[in-house]
Amino acid sequence: MESVDLIYKAIYILVIFGITLLIATYSTYFERKIAAFIQDRVGPNRAGPLGLLQPLADAGKLFFKEDFIPAKSNKALFIIGPGIAMLVATMSSAVIPFGDSLIIGGHEIFLQAIEVNIGVLYVFGVVSLGVYGLMIGGWASNNKFSLLGAIRAASQNISYELAMGLSLIAILMMTGTLSLREIAEQQQGFNWNIWYQPLGFIIFLVCAFAETNRTPFDLPESEAELIGGYHTEYGSMKLGMYLFAEYINIFVASAVMATLYFGAYNFPFMENLRSAISDPVLANNVVTLVGVGVMFAKIFLFIFFFMWVRWTLPRFRYDQLMKLGWQILIPLAILNIMLTGGGILLKEYLF
Amino acid sequence: MEPLTNRSKKLEKKEMTFAERAYLPAIAQGLGITLKHFFKKKATIQYPEQTRQRSDVWRGLHVLKRDEEGRERCTACGLCAVACPAEAITMVAGERKAGEEHLYREEKYAVTYEVNMLRCIFCGLCEEACPKAAIFLQDDKIAPARYERDEFIYGKDRLVEPLKTTETK
Repeated sequence: MESVDLIYKAIYILVIFGITLLIATYSTYFERKIAAFIQDRVGPNRAGPLGLLQPLADAGKLFFKEDFIPAKSNKALFIIGPGIAMLVATMSSAVIPFGDSLIIGGHEIFLQAIEVNIGVLYVFGVVSLGVYGLMIGGWASNNKFSLLGAIRAASQNISYELAMGLSLIAILMMTGTLSLREIAEQQQGFNWNIWYQPLGFIIFLVCAFAETNRTPFDLPESEAELIGGYHTEYGSMKLGMYLFAEYINIFVASAVMATLYFGAYNFPFMENLRSAISDPVLANNVVTLVGVGVMFAKIFLFIFFFMWVRWTLPRFRYDQLMKLGWQILIPLAILNIMLTGGGILLKEYLF
Repeated sequence: MEPLTNRSKKLEKKEMTFAERAYLPAIAQGLGITLKHFFKKKATIQYPEQTRQRSDVWRGLHVLKRDEEGRERCTACGLCAVACPAEAITMVAGERKAGEEHLYREEKYAVTYEVNMLRCIFCGLCEEACPKAAIFLQDDKIAPARYERDEFIYGKDRLVEPLKTTETK
C-alpha cells in the first residue's frame, strides 16, 4: 500500500468515526423530538436554535455527574463494560460502503474504510460481540436486576441472531458474495434486493430491532420491570456510553439494511445522470457524491423508522419474544431460503 | 348465575383471521396513527413568551388601588382580613397626620398591609368585602415562584398600585 493511500485511509476512517459519533449524538436529540411530535408536544427547544444544542447540554451534564461505582461491584469489569459496548459499536461501521469511488487527480479512492471480502461476516461478528458489553456491565454491577437484564440481553441477541443470519443467507445465495461492496455494486440503479427479498427484509428488520435492544424488544433495559436492566447501577458518562453505543448500533443496523436491501449508494436513473455529464471524471464524482447523499438519506429514514416504531408499539412479553424468534422467524427464514433456492434454480432452468 | 339485568351481551370468541395473527397489518395501522399525530398541531404553549388566554373574571395577584388624585383608598378597616377564609391578610392601622392628605384619602390608613401568597386561595372575598373599593385581584398577574417563604409575603411595596406620574403634575 502506498503512503498516500495510507494517509487517505486514516483521514477517511477519522471522518467516518466523526460522522458516526455525530449521528449518534443527534439521534438522542431526534429521538426526543420525534417522541414529542408523536405525542403532540414540541420537544427540546430551549438550548440553542430549535434546541439543537440539547445533546451538548446532556453530554455536559453526564460528564459532570458523580462517576459512581458500587462498593460490592467488580470494579475493573464495571468500567470495561461500557467501554466494550462503545468500542464494538464504533468498530462495525468500518466495512460499510458509504459511496462508490471518487477520482481525485487520477487517483481512484473508494469510499469505504476497509474492503474485506467477508464484510457481512465482519459486521455480524462485531455486532454480536456487543452483547459482551451488556453482559459484563450487568454482571459486574452485582445487582439482581442488572443481572436479569444482562441475561435477557444475551439470550435475546443469540436467539435473534439465528433468524437474522438465516434471512441473510438468502441474500448471499442471490448475490454469491460476502463482500458488502460487491453486494452494493450488484444493485445498480433501481435493481435493489428488496424487490427479490421482501420476506427476508421483514425478518431482517425485526431481528435488527431485537439486536439493537429497541422497543418493542427492549426487554434488557425495560425500566418498568427491571428498573433499567443492565445499566441500573450506571451513572454519569458510563451510562452515557451505553446509551451512545445503542444509538451507534442503530446507525450501523440502518446502514447495513440500506446496503443489503435498499441498494446502498445506488439510486434510480443513476446511469442517465452519468451519461448526461460529458467529462467522465466529473460524471463519476458527481454520481458518487449524489450516491453518498442517497445512502445517508436511506440511513436516516431507517433511523426515523426505528424511532417511529419505538413510540408506536408497546414492549413484548418475554415468552412472546422467544416464541416470535424461535417459532415464527426461524421457520420463516428457512422457508425464505428454500424459496430463494427454488427461484435461483428456476431462473437457471428457464434461461 | 342469572343475569341481574337484560343488558348483558353474550360474546362469542371469534377465531382470529390470518391478517390479525400475522400482526403486521395492525403494526402498520398503529404506525399510521402515530404518523398522523406527528403532523398534528402541537398543544404546547411556549410559556414565558406566550401565555394562555385568561378569562375576564380570572383572579390573580392583589393590587391596592389609589383614587383619582393618587391617594391610597385603603382605610385599614380590616374587613378584608375578616372576610379572608385563609387568614392571609394582616394589617396595622395608623392615623393620618397633617400634611399627608395627598397620600391617604381617609383619616385612617394602613401602615403595613401584608398578604401571604402561600396562604391566599385567590377566592376574591377580600375584593367583595372592601367598602372602599381598594383591593382587587388583577386578571393579568400571578404570584411567581420563589425560593424563600419570606418572599411570598407581599407588603405594601409590592401591593400598592404605582402612582401615575403623568397625572400628578
